Amino acid sequence: MTTRETDHRFRVSRRNFLKAGAVAGGGLLLGLKLPVGGRMARAEETAEGADFAPNAWIRITDDDQVTVLVDRSEMGQGVMTALPMLIAEELEADWDRIATEFAPADQAYTNNLLGSQTTGGSTAIRNAWRPLREAGATAREMLVAAAAERWGVDFSSCEAAGQVVRHPASGRSATYGELAAAAAEREVPETVFLKDPKDYRLIGTPRDRLDAPAKVDGSARYGMDVQFDGLLTAQVVRCPVIGGRVRSFDAEQARQVPGVRQVVAIDAGVAVIADGFWPASKGREALSVEWDYGEHADLTSAAIERRFREAADSGEAATARSEGDADAALAEAARTVEAEYEVPFLAHGCMEPMNCTARIADGVCEVWAPTQNQTATQEVAAEISGLPKDQVHVHTTFLGGGFGRRSHTDFVADAVACAKAAGAPVKVIWTREETTRHDHYRPATYNRLAAAIDGEGQVSGWQHRIVGPSIMGQIGMIAEDEPMDRTSVETAKEVPYGLNNIHVDFVRTDTPVPLWWWRSVGHSQNDYIREAFFDEVAAAAGEDPFELRRRLLPEGDRNRRVLERAAREAGWGEPLPEGRARGIAVVHAFGSYCAEVAEVSVSDSNEVRVHRVDVAIDCGPAVNPEIIAEQMESGVAYGLSAALGEAITVDRGQVEQGNFDDYRILRIDQMPEVHTHIVDSDQEPGGVGEPGTPPIAPAMVNAIRALTGEPVRRLPLTRSGYQPA
Amino acid sequence: MTAVSVTVNGETREADVASDTPLLWLLRDNFGLTGTKYGCGIAQCGACTVHLDGQPVRACTTTVAQADGRSVATVEGLAEGEDLHPLQAAWIAENVPQCGFCQSGQLMSAADLLARNPEPTDADIDAALASNLCRCGTYQRIRRAIHRAAQDMREQG
Repeated sequence: MTTRETDHRFRVSRRNFLKAGAVAGGGLLLGLKLPVGGRMARAEETAEGADFAPNAWIRITDDDQVTVLVDRSEMGQGVMTALPMLIAEELEADWDRIATEFAPADQAYTNNLLGSQTTGGSTAIRNAWRPLREAGATAREMLVAAAAERWGVDFSSCEAAGQVVRHPASGRSATYGELAAAAAEREVPETVFLKDPKDYRLIGTPRDRLDAPAKVDGSARYGMDVQFDGLLTAQVVRCPVIGGRVRSFDAEQARQVPGVRQVVAIDAGVAVIADGFWPASKGREALSVEWDYGEHADLTSAAIERRFREAADSGEAATARSEGDADAALAEAARTVEAEYEVPFLAHGCMEPMNCTARIADGVCEVWAPTQNQTATQEVAAEISGLPKDQVHVHTTFLGGGFGRRSHTDFVADAVACAKAAGAPVKVIWTREETTRHDHYRPATYNRLAAAIDGEGQVSGWQHRIVGPSIMGQIGMIAEDEPMDRTSVETAKEVPYGLNNIHVDFVRTDTPVPLWWWRSVGHSQNDYIREAFFDEVAAAAGEDPFELRRRLLPEGDRNRRVLERAAREAGWGEPLPEGRARGIAVVHAFGSYCAEVAEVSVSDSNEVRVHRVDVAIDCGPAVNPEIIAEQMESGVAYGLSAALGEAITVDRGQVEQGNFDDYRILRIDQMPEVHTHIVDSDQEPGGVGEPGTPPIAPAMVNAIRALTGEPVRRLPLTRSGYQPA
Repeated sequence: MTAVSVTVNGETREADVASDTPLLWLLRDNFGLTGTKYGCGIAQCGACTVHLDGQPVRACTTTVAQADGRSVATVEGLAEGEDLHPLQAAWIAENVPQCGFCQSGQLMSAADLLARNPEPTDADIDAALASNLCRCGTYQRIRRAIHRAAQDMREQG
């Protein structure tokens, strides 16, 4: 057993415990109910015997198999490994034999930080840290109690390790499988012991990913890979103009294409339903659609950029933060620095194009979805199928990339609408072009900044006006006339450098371009702008950008710790080969602190290459350092890809980019060597999926400024006169 | 519709499909081999990389007419029975896959590289895999895993 300091004794939250459930022989766990205090744990007789399922995440069968239900979506970020580690640690399960399943849609799996069963916002570990360890500890205590009762010995004289309970005094032992049925008869304890962190065997160790074997032999099943007898494949032809709709269509030719079964109108457009992807492709080629382009048929990116600039002068500015008197500081300044920064709309670019599969039969709607949001998937499927939510069963597949895109439900709506219209199960697959052209984009913004440097060379004032569309406004999370969207100003208002006179505001300027969450959300723009402009200010003040940041951050500040670590590991200040320079940036995002130093060269023909990146991350407890390192590499790659060359533009109401030939993403020969340094921390857990993304753009452009003397105020680099090498 | 016959991972299989059907969809929709992925459809991302008579091709732009009567190797055939290909073992050891969607194609391109060049440099790897896109940014682990597999293959002879 574990140490018994009362410090680690916690009251168990009952919310996620089961009243009853049905375990199907095939291993599906359906129809979870919310718990009622004091009830027995579930003891369901199955063909295989009694299973022990003390809560929504754990199932132990009498063959000694421990299965963890993973309630977050695996989109590469490693939850299928890291979440079971939290349970197995406290459960004393045998890690080498652990099995996992993706959880169904159920209230028991609500992400408490987001209010629904959602994977996003770098919340998986932050949300699970306490409850999943408690879930493991609860199961362990029940198994130990079952053994103690069976042997007529004291609970405290028994030990659990490696999925076996032992009574050292008598030499008796029993496996978890042997104890499962008896444990299932016990009451769920009100309080359990959690381990002292010094006793961790799993948490803090670099465990290999559990999903790797299935991802190297082709057996991992993504949404697109769902197949079963009778399943049809659909493609949906959508209006190329934002906001346009189908006026009429002629499907006569399309229906004659061999393999095409049906052509039906759905909300999103016209669906060609066929025996497979290729017949559907040929069917859509033969389809003739007349569009009503709607009111945005003249929309262009140039017009949007003009509107942003005009709104910066004439729009209503909502204050995000105002302290001291920035105007006065600027008026009294010995020197001022002023700049305009612009960032583009961005696509998510998931490698797996959007897709979803639905089957409606016998009063049940089954959905196989590569989704980040099971709750919304269930709601949308219920609405379209007309069935109650509890008759919608969501099967989460592996996700071929998420980055926020897959918390939307447009692809789910397509599949359910097609299955309903066709009266047959349908898999909808979007082409790559549709996945790019009908994405929901990271907002473009236009920014004006000014900073004051006083007579003593100190930064004495800071102003930042952000002009851009509101994600929350577009999707109805705030009112149409609400001027402030907190996600638009996040991090811009949290300038950490102890400035006395600061004013940050936002001029909400909506456009018809569809918007959504993109890896690191507002940080993806605002950390770049804040940290790049700060370097301009440091240069104007004649200070080293690292030293100035360090000096303005208090001792012990977590920003400062990661900043110093990244600088030290990168050799800040040490000589570099001719033509290379370093840039630095630090961010506080998603509960973590992350600093990056980029080593960059610029060729005579303005080709930019990032050679090396040192990442320092403080994410509180480092559950799996290997996965944290992967996420830092991934965050750098994603942020770098965008900063080098990604931009979505609109002409005549249509998104101009479609495939990887005109929406270019980072290649292997552009990938820098990334070194991750995890800062020891006893703080609460922070996220790791997103914090690595925002610092790379400012770190890179700060290095470019160090080399060329010119700031980079417009991303991607291709809009500032540079080319990716 | 055309009758095509393709030997896939050593097994001869037949189907009746339109002759312009990409090999990708023959593999996925007709043969149920979903390890080969659709990413772009225009030979830009490499997720559908397979070997046709031992040469790497993009299955999304190779038609069944071109593949008819020939031999195709997919990621499902990379292992020999229970024995993983050294690249697969290295991929697991280096924790390469994140979302994993591109990795079948990465592995098939890497297998072709090692067949031609048993001791590739980083530059060789970058050149050979520059058209295999990975949105998760697993690139430096791919380089490491290829070096590891190359070494394992040399040591095993």
